[in-house]
Amino acid sequence: MSIALMVGILTAASVYLFMQRGMVRIVLGFVLISHAANLLLFSAGNVAFRGAPFSHVDDPAQRADPLPQAFVLTAIVIAFAISMFMVTLAITTTTDDDTEAAPTAPAKLAAAAHLKRTGHHPTVATAAVGPGDEPDGPPSDAELLGTQAGTEEDVDADVATTAEEGRRPEETPQEDVQDEGVRAEDAAKDPDGTWAARGRAADEGEDR
Amino acid sequence: MNEMLSTLLPVLVVGPLFLGAFSAALRRSQKIRHAISLITLLAMLAAAILLVVTTADGTVLAHQVGLWEAGVAIPLVVDTLSALMLAFVAVLALASVLFAMATHEARARFYHPFVLILMAGVAGAAMTGDIFNLFVFIEVMLLPSYGLMAMMGAKLGADSARIFVTVNLMASTLLLAGVGLVYATAGTVNLAELQGAAAEDPAIAIAGAVVLTAISIKAAVVPVHGWLTRTYSMTSPAVTALFSGIHTKIAVYAIYRIYAMLFDGDQRFLWVGLTIAAVTMVVGALGAVGENSTRSILVFHMISHIGYIMIGVGLFTTLGLTAAIFYLLHHMIVKASLFLSTGALEETYGTARLDRLGGMLRREPLVAVIFMVAALSLVGMPPFSGFVAKFSLIGATFEAEQWIIGGVAVLVSLISMVAMLKIWTSVFMGPEPEGLERRALTYQQAIHGKRYLRVEAQAEQPTLQIGPPTTGTAAVLSGERHARVTPKLIVPAALLAVVTLGLGLGAEVLMQLAEQAAQGLMGPSDYVKAVIG
Repeated sequence: MSIALMVGILTAASVYLFMQRGMVRIVLGFVLISHAANLLLFSAGNVAFRGAPFSHVDDPAQRADPLPQAFVLTAIVIAFAISMFMVTLAITTTTDDDTEAAPTAPAKLAAAAHLKRTGHHPTVATAAVGPGDEPDGPPSDAELLGTQAGTEEDVDADVATTAEEGRRPEETPQEDVQDEGVRAEDAAKDPDGTWAARGRAADEGEDR
Repeated sequence: MNEMLSTLLPVLVVGPLFLGAFSAALRRSQKIRHAISLITLLAMLAAAILLVVTTADGTVLAHQVGLWEAGVAIPLVVDTLSALMLAFVAVLALASVLFAMATHEARARFYHPFVLILMAGVAGAAMTGDIFNLFVFIEVMLLPSYGLMAMMGAKLGADSARIFVTVNLMASTLLLAGVGLVYATAGTVNLAELQGAAAEDPAIAIAGAVVLTAISIKAAVVPVHGWLTRTYSMTSPAVTALFSGIHTKIAVYAIYRIYAMLFDGDQRFLWVGLTIAAVTMVVGALGAVGENSTRSILVFHMISHIGYIMIGVGLFTTLGLTAAIFYLLHHMIVKASLFLSTGALEETYGTARLDRLGGMLRREPLVAVIFMVAALSLVGMPPFSGFVAKFSLIGATFEAEQWIIGGVAVLVSLISMVAMLKIWTSVFMGPEPEGLERRALTYQQAIHGKRYLRVEAQAEQPTLQIGPPTTGTAAVLSGERHARVTPKLIVPAALLAVVTLGLGLGAEVLMQLAEQAAQGLMGPSDYVKAVIG
């Protein structure tokens, strides 16, 4: 009964966290749901009234079933490896940890607002938590939107600022201005653009 | 002979895994990595063909890993269906790796290692005889896939990689829970011991349903298909082609295997399969018509065709299964060919958007021919393999008196045709759009040129080159000649197009093998006997 309750609570919490868009919360959700799955697997072996799986007890009925425990061990190893990978994914490549590519996504807006306010790009750490996100509790989506974006007009202005920033005409030769203009336009207008369009918009990629 | 072959089955898993790790350890020897990868894939293909020949008469090879007792050991089993899957996946992986070598993606240190480890996982998933190890091998497949996805994510922003990882993890965890439930209700996870268990015990049937649901997410059937369209079109064409033939298809294979073994093809639940198949066909095809880039059209199309393949398990007649297995194999080849031929354009002209491509029939006639062959095959025109596949599948629905499903399948074919024509008219026909050349040049510079591109989001990241430009690219970069698809980019798609033509003209051979595979699913007694004696 207690295992069933635990599985239920863990699953509910993890589903809630999965529904968030930030990668860090999804990672936490995954940690919880893998616990839920492990407990479920563990209970499949009927844990309640058994001894150790390999013991001096001769009667097999008194021993715990070793197979689910082996399953759980395997699953823990896999879950651990993937958690590490997900945490890495959360902090690499972009300035935020959002799972949404659209420029109007909250984290993107936060980054744009941050840029406008301070004149430099937010570091990964601040973007992952989000400005106004106090350590003692996560803000609601409305709060996030409110603190970061303000009105619709602000949103447009922020995106425009970002696009403008991307050009930096004084630093680039004339020919490149045109190219990069196209690229910034691609990135701004075509968030779901093709890999190639976005490949141009991004840098040359990381050589692994 | 068979004894020896079955003892060697674990090599198919351990071999690529070891060689993948080994080639990852090679630091600067690009050529050796290329060679290891190609040789391993060719060896896997050869081994798979040997297995197909051996199992063509209905022989089932089984090996208990570590020679533990049956029921305790991890069983690896190969019947006609697994052998066919292995052979076709190997062909597909070869084509995709050749393409990745042509685009220079494969120069990245971990590209080949990831592909080889992925293949180890595929071999394991296709051969495994118990569902816990199915989970493990699917994870082995997924981990390098996350890596491949994230490598491209470095270019595209990580969000698609994040979605890919999240959805697949959710599905994997559900699969794990399902396996736990099967063990709790049936007391074993060995497919041979589970044979028919779910048909008798409702509790086991529910546990089995959890497993099937989890695998359905991986197979991207409607309504759990959303992740596929958002991730597959967001990576490189080579990786999309590889994934399209591996992840969803291995999942479909697993659905076939589990429904045949665990549920023993139970007639009571077939309507579920048929409904899902019909909805998947329709939604995928309609989605494809609405898209505006070559790759996203093809990705939506893939969903529609997974619906077709699911008809087989929904009918569960010998004819239905035969046709669906044929369809599955044909589709792996044709879809990859389409991804690679449009991918060749994408890698040359820097975009897959329909409105930014045009006039390719005059400019790239060879690519146009290859695309046409694969597209006609996909739609189901003779003399290509698609005709045989679709004709026999629709014939099977009528034989089973599933008139509605048959009708939907015919109708969806027409919609598929519209989507293919959409690509054809806007990419290959019509005038060349303005700026085609300039965009191609910009893209080539971004990929091959020594110039570092500066975009604000990546300003602080160190950027690295993928490789020096090839002579062809150098000529384009210096403005000596127009952008053209290089022969190296065409070869992989052409190879696959030849395979589909070959399968169309020589359909009889594959049809007999597919029938053998279908009989293995209909009457799994040989499978059970081979595993637990």
